[in-house]
Amino acid sequence: MAEDPVNKYKILAVGGSAGSLDAVLKIVTALPANTHLSVVIIVHRKSDGESILTDLLSTRTNLNVKEIEDKEPIMPATVYIAPADYHLLIENEDLFSLDISEKIHYSRPSIDVGFESIAQVFGKAAIGILLSGANADGAEGLNQIKQAGGFTIVQDPKSADVAFMPQQALEIMQPDKVLSSSDIAIFIKALLTKQA
Amino acid sequence: MLKDEEIELFINELAQRYGYDFTNYARASLRRRIGRLITVDRMPSFAELYHRMQNDPGYLMHAIEELTVNVTEMFRDPSVFKVIKEEVLPVLATHPFIRIWHAGCSTGEEVYSMAILLDEANLLHKSLLYATDLNPSVIENIKKGIFPLNRMQQYSENYIAAGGKKDFSTYYTAQYGWAKFNQKLRLKMIAAMHNLVSDRSFNEFQLIFCRNVLIYFDKPLQDNALKLFDESLEKLGFLVLGSKENIRFSPIAKKFSQVQKEKIWRKIQ
Repeated sequence: MAEDPVNKYKILAVGGSAGSLDAVLKIVTALPANTHLSVVIIVHRKSDGESILTDLLSTRTNLNVKEIEDKEPIMPATVYIAPADYHLLIENEDLFSLDISEKIHYSRPSIDVGFESIAQVFGKAAIGILLSGANADGAEGLNQIKQAGGFTIVQDPKSADVAFMPQQALEIMQPDKVLSSSDIAIFIKALLTKQA
Repeated sequence: MLKDEEIELFINELAQRYGYDFTNYARASLRRRIGRLITVDRMPSFAELYHRMQNDPGYLMHAIEELTVNVTEMFRDPSVFKVIKEEVLPVLATHPFIRIWHAGCSTGEEVYSMAILLDEANLLHKSLLYATDLNPSVIENIKKGIFPLNRMQQYSENYIAAGGKKDFSTYYTAQYGWAKFNQKLRLKMIAAMHNLVSDRSFNEFQLIFCRNVLIYFDKPLQDNALKLFDESLEKLGFLVLGSKENIRFSPIAKKFSQVQKEKIWRKIQ
């Protein structure tokens, strides 16, 4: 039972920046409807006060999609989006919290900050995916998820719209998988689908 | 990485030696702040920081400044200020005297934003803006009214998005990389130290701002602070929180009703 991936993982964290939207949509679309995972999307975006990304992702999945508010409970079978202009932190396995401290890698939310916090709290129950981007943010955080025993995937820089971010990750770590965005979606679907 | 016990040791030291109570601060953020303090001051380990805290009282103010997050901007979330201008100011205008509290105001950008709105509505002359923070040094900044010039373009855009009609640069004088705001804006400001953890209500207000402060508190401390705001608000007064903060799950929620979709609540009972 312990090694069954369907039960082993509790959280799927996806980080991306420039050129990552397409891959995020593919991954969210591929999530099994009966998954118990909490999915956390951390992407760099402008603070526009609108819920465009939430609405867009809602059209791709039957799971509940919502932007995180402070001290929001972490529920299973839910896709969470890190709000623009806040760092995302994990207070404990059941609770998110937010932080407006200094930008990291010119970014808030910083993927490094979110991933590090996820690694600290969830350890080997976390899956981390780092996608396309023009920024070094996320590489160190993904490495920490790996160090804590979690499963890590980097988008193949050759398939990424902007190769820099996944390339940075590959320079400091060896992820469990390096895949194109379509293959990440296929892999996640297979990993999280309950065997009959 | 910091251990949980180290964080608790640090918190105990701050509370018992210096009377600053961080016991109910959210741990995830506090862990980052303590880690940052060690990095910023180039300390080799937590032990070094702990030793310094125990033996150098002069280090305390610096530590408090670094532990608390002092990030703010003028007209942050312009849509909030637009609704304040359109929905809240007309209500405040009916009062002979207007009292506003900016709780945890940090370096004061929000207080100046509000003073500008009041001035444009011709209400500043009968208003008082109480600006409080845990940090003594940031309060000094409010009294000076000097902010980095390189932020002014962003603030000007925010001001316009909040419905501002003037040329924002008429509010300050630029000198050596700094923007010095007009004296008239700060004549109605009162800056003081106030700790939301340990200090009580000190007046009654028609409008209270406390934005992006509660995110650093755990749930029980958030509820305490919200109770303090409730006690400090007149009936039909307004409470403004940060864009991702909510009173929904707090005991005071039933006494308040939300104004439009903004994080503004009106005390209805």
